[in-house]
Amino acid sequence: MDISAFVLFWAAIFTSNILLTNFLGMCSYLSVSKEIESSFGLGVAVIFVLTATSALNWLVYHYILVPFDIVYLQFIVFIIVIAAFVQFLELLIERYAPALYYTLGIFLPLITVNCAILGVSLFMIIRSYNFIQSIAYGAGSGIGWLLAILMLAGIRRKLKEKMVPIGLHGAGISLIITGIMAMGFIGFSGIVQIQ
Amino acid sequence: MKLKDIFITSAFTENSVWRQILGICSALAVTNLMKNSLIMGLGVIFTLAFANLTISFIRNWTPRSVRMMVQTLVIASYVIIVDIFLKANMPEISKQLGPYVGLIITNCILMGRAEAFASQNKPLDSFIDGIGAGVGYTLVLLVISFIRELFGFGSIFGIQVMGDWWTPWSIMVMAPSAFFILAMLIWHINTRFYKAKV
Repeated sequence: MDISAFVLFWAAIFTSNILLTNFLGMCSYLSVSKEIESSFGLGVAVIFVLTATSALNWLVYHYILVPFDIVYLQFIVFIIVIAAFVQFLELLIERYAPALYYTLGIFLPLITVNCAILGVSLFMIIRSYNFIQSIAYGAGSGIGWLLAILMLAGIRRKLKEKMVPIGLHGAGISLIITGIMAMGFIGFSGIVQIQ
Repeated sequence: MKLKDIFITSAFTENSVWRQILGICSALAVTNLMKNSLIMGLGVIFTLAFANLTISFIRNWTPRSVRMMVQTLVIASYVIIVDIFLKANMPEISKQLGPYVGLIITNCILMGRAEAFASQNKPLDSFIDGIGAGVGYTLVLLVISFIRELFGFGSIFGIQVMGDWWTPWSIMVMAPSAFFILAMLIWHINTRFYKAKV
């Protein structure tokens, strides 16, 4: 793949948004988007973890899994790297930035099971990105995810005062809003294609 | 509880997708073709059933503090089996499903069932519960992909059913339709079966 990392970064935010076109990270997206503050906190944590783990997993894949010919273990290794990194980050933040810990702390364990994190690692292997491209793709995907969850949280706050059929409460209406957002994002799709 | 009741509960009355809103990611991503959905569903049934069984067997020897890690590793091992099986026997479908087979690991249904059921119940019960949850999930996938494939490609399981006069709806092939169809499905089921008044 010879796309410049810069293009890939923007493409990951807009034309192939990790949530709106690849459907990754839906669980925490639907459950956390009730308030804007917590959505923002989780989104920032996701950006950070995504960028770091896509770099780590790229290194692990190309310098450990491929030379030892154990590529079939990639799922287990990737998930361990992600879980260990999140744990490490939690300790680090608790020790050196207690204020940040109180805002981000509760979200960090949630991130390990966020499928966007593992998804980005797998996508970057399948599409054979190089190191710089992987970091750009990871960071872009994180920002795209933050964008999507912030938009949904904002709309859901307005929606509290509106009449919604009871059967659609919660997940139903959120899915419809997400669908409309996804249609909006299709408008970007002509700019660049990175499938 | 009888085994049949366990199955009915986890497959229908407490279905993971429409009652607990879990496992949405892959439910939306692989539903553009019915064949992909079926294969994905079978993979999830296999992983759920055997992961539940294993976790239930080792539940008394797993320290509480590391149980999440143990569960994830058990699930990941079965997912690797599914992935290798697909790569060897159905390379084309494996390629189309892409990363979504690996993403079964982070599918919330698996952790959900392991945590809520398998870590407290007997192995056989957990096995049945896993199959039930997997069947419920597959059912949702098949319903969504039936609509998307019929309108998007005019075919069912790859067999052309609409004639030449049919103009495929390109929206059905793209991402938004999956969100809309799932929302409509949840709406319908809530109003019809769970007596949520409109």
